[in-house]
Amino acid sequence: MNNQHLLLEIGLEEMPARFVTQSMNQLGEKVGKFLTEQNIEFGGIQLYSTPRRLAVIVKDVSEAQKDINEEAKGPAKKIALSENGDWSKAAAGFAKGQGMSVEDIFFKELNGIEYAYVNKFVKGRHTADLLPLLKEVVLNLTFGKNMRWGSSDIRYVRPIKWVVALFGSNVIPFELAGVQTGNVTTGHRFLGKTANVLDASSYEDTLRKQFVIANPDERRKLILDGLKKLETENNWAIPVDESLLEEVNNLVEFPTALFGSFNEEFLALPEEVLITSMKEHQRYFPVKDADGTLLPYFVTVRNGNDYEIDKVARGNEKVLRARLADADFFYKEDQKANIDDLVKKLEKIVYHEKIGTLSEKVARIRRISAALGNLTHVSEEVKAAADRAAQICKFDLVTQMVYEFPELQGVMGEKYARQKGEKEEVAAAINEHYKPRFAEDTVPSSETGALVSLADKLDTITACFAVGIIPTGSQDPNALRRQAAGVVQTMMEHNWNVPLEDVIGTAVKEILQDGVGEKDTDTLQKEMIAFFMLRVKHILQEKGIRYDIIDAVLAKNGGTLKETEEAASVLMNHKEDDDFKETIEALSRVVNISKKAEGSHNVDTSLFENDEEKQLHLAYTELEKSWNKADSMEARYVLLEGLKPMIEQYFDNTMVMAEDEKVKQNRLAFMSHLAHYILKFADVPAVLVK
Amino acid sequence: MNIQDMILTLQKHWSDQGCILMQAYDVEKGAGTMSPYTFLRAIGPEPWNVAYVEPSRRPADGRYGDNPNRLYQHHQFQVIMKPSPDNIQELYLDSLKALGIDPLEHDIRFVEDNWENPSLGCAGLGWEVWLDGMEITQFTYFQQVGGLECKPVSVEITYGIERLASYIQEKENVFELEWTNGFTVHDIFYQPEFEHSKYTFETSDPDMLFNLFGVYEKEAKRQMDEGLVHPAYDYVLKCSHVFNVLDARGAISVTERTAYIGRMRNLARQVAKTFYDEREKLGFPILNRKGDADHE
Repeated sequence: MNNQHLLLEIGLEEMPARFVTQSMNQLGEKVGKFLTEQNIEFGGIQLYSTPRRLAVIVKDVSEAQKDINEEAKGPAKKIALSENGDWSKAAAGFAKGQGMSVEDIFFKELNGIEYAYVNKFVKGRHTADLLPLLKEVVLNLTFGKNMRWGSSDIRYVRPIKWVVALFGSNVIPFELAGVQTGNVTTGHRFLGKTANVLDASSYEDTLRKQFVIANPDERRKLILDGLKKLETENNWAIPVDESLLEEVNNLVEFPTALFGSFNEEFLALPEEVLITSMKEHQRYFPVKDADGTLLPYFVTVRNGNDYEIDKVARGNEKVLRARLADADFFYKEDQKANIDDLVKKLEKIVYHEKIGTLSEKVARIRRISAALGNLTHVSEEVKAAADRAAQICKFDLVTQMVYEFPELQGVMGEKYARQKGEKEEVAAAINEHYKPRFAEDTVPSSETGALVSLADKLDTITACFAVGIIPTGSQDPNALRRQAAGVVQTMMEHNWNVPLEDVIGTAVKEILQDGVGEKDTDTLQKEMIAFFMLRVKHILQEKGIRYDIIDAVLAKNGGTLKETEEAASVLMNHKEDDDFKETIEALSRVVNISKKAEGSHNVDTSLFENDEEKQLHLAYTELEKSWNKADSMEARYVLLEGLKPMIEQYFDNTMVMAEDEKVKQNRLAFMSHLAHYILKFADVPAVLVK
Repeated sequence: MNIQDMILTLQKHWSDQGCILMQAYDVEKGAGTMSPYTFLRAIGPEPWNVAYVEPSRRPADGRYGDNPNRLYQHHQFQVIMKPSPDNIQELYLDSLKALGIDPLEHDIRFVEDNWENPSLGCAGLGWEVWLDGMEITQFTYFQQVGGLECKPVSVEITYGIERLASYIQEKENVFELEWTNGFTVHDIFYQPEFEHSKYTFETSDPDMLFNLFGVYEKEAKRQMDEGLVHPAYDYVLKCSHVFNVLDARGAISVTERTAYIGRMRNLARQVAKTFYDEREKLGFPILNRKGDADHE
């Protein structure tokens, strides 16, 4: 076979940086899938991307589809042949369907029955004839955001400008949005020209000559080398933020790192302000010294070579100077304002048109955090700090700095609060109450921050549910799932022994009292619990807990989130124990039979008939005494595990469903008393044992 | 290059690309997009190529002429081309060269920026163009205008004149920019900047402005009922400006704010729909005239 390389390059107007890498990977996957589905063998796949192109090279692509050479099975012999031995209609139909005739049929036995077979052979088509179907592959790429342009009806990430499609050195002919495939690529927008691509193996070099580094890994390395060089030359440390590097890499085709400086006076601004200005707004890398102190320099990566690079540096300095001068002005203005005046301004800001103003939200956060403070029995100092923190937790939203730099909400609040003489824990809580800010973020470490954080998140989630903003599928614009997970994690980490229902209840009460939405207490409370339980389930899954164990601990009666998590870990730890299976089975028997009990009754020990009953009951009264003293779910599991032999002996010798109605009811009552404790640990029958 | 020469250069450049050179529209507005030459003409199938300078008023940005970067009124150079030409990025880059900006000496990038104006029911995708890290242009492919899908798609290029000039003239303060020989921005605009700021924040009469909003809104609706799109739209623009002054003044309460934006959005959508219907009744004359020319 004569294998050839395949090259497909889609030339585009500048793609959003955030879509480049994922689109490149998608193109690779879809081209590979296409070839596999077409039965065309191929070697390795190499991917390329820049802001203006997505490309894939598939090596050693077979010249033709694999031939199909197989035995095709038809009807059973007795159906294939009519009574007089002629071919039946079924046989003729089968042969025809396979592109053969009845003469080609032979019989072969399969599981004791003879069937009609033909040796089917389909010659593979030439790959070159099939490759124009790549058009569909290109059109089927999906992007986070699509657009239309000109008079074209195609929706794509950005307008398509050229397509290079080569099999060997031959152009694969097709047309896309008015663009005909060819062998001409486009170089760097300013340094390069268009160029002919001979074949896939010369693709990278052809582009390199036109000032395009098509391989993103190589480009990335060039950027890192550039940063390294500046570090060495100037004795700097340039911390590399992965997501910034990824973005910068996808903004350039030919990277050249350069540095600029800014006035040292600006170093008086909070570091976060300087870093945000540089990183978020300008995509610059901030520069530090060996001790980690910020220096008045920045590094940017030009999309081009080093020609007139000083001019580029001066231009960038000018932009940063204007930004920092603005920030400096805002910082000074903000310092003139008084926190309580700023809090008052929140009355003018709508949080959501159906939910009300930020001022109303803050008032609720204050009441919810007070209620949570009582539930969690935190100290009076923490309660007082949380009350002040809740009252002023949103004041920075109306500062000029946060208006200009929204990503600094909380950060500026903390700084300003400290400057204006608020207590340290209050200031810290203003920033902490937004935590966790993203999936892997930590929870607020102080109790004060945790209370305000919980109150804020519970208020947001409850208010949204009250007015019908409920996450569905991939739609969760207010990140309610993340916020709920934050509440759960915070409660777990702070070991707060408060049932989730009660925590949710505090917010439901406040939201409904404020007249948000039109739901009744019961409906809202139920929706919220269901939503939170799903989050708890998700968190337990992330911790690697087995599904059946998650179900078992979630269905337990009452208890705190921490206990739920602990019970799950305890079951995970014990599941390999020798007697785990017997323990679970014994406890499950109690739970299952207890469901037959009607109503709740006291146990009358005088109705006991055998020693095993008495012994188990004795053990039960011990359990009752020890249960609350047991300081962990592990200790409780040990208590339950200790009952196993007595439960087994009990069932061996006792007929719970006795003929005597009184005896039966008494035994069922006992079983449900015992089950009550088992279910406080977990819904044990849900645990799967082999 | 002074601002006057910049404008002349851009006008020449886009005129050579077949754009109709128009003058600024004579009703106050917050952005070049709101001119009927953009907002209305981006609607429907008729081709449309136009360029104009638009003085844009942003009452909230008024700083009494004290701030080196912010203005009550700045200038945008606006280009609309419908359908968007295939080589529009190159045409744009050529205009920078015409302004004396050699791309080889700079770092020019197209950075994703999607534009939305909910109160006009508009949305578009595109970029902000960076010149050595400074945003000098908004480059947008309109996807929706007045709630209507754009077919074909218009491209909008908006140059921030003062921004670009501060780069070209290497000035840190907008008021030091040279407009033409012997005249700076300060000479021409300082007094109106001061006075409009004072008016916006101090001496304007909110009661009168609220009253005007209602009157303008009513008149916009009445003219729409008559099928008179342009007079109706003028009153929508007036509503928008009055709203911006009231908003900058801090005179609009929370709940009112959302409601006012909603009212303007409704008007904008109705105007867009009416404009489409009226053009359709006329048989989309520009589209068909172009068709005739093709047959000759």
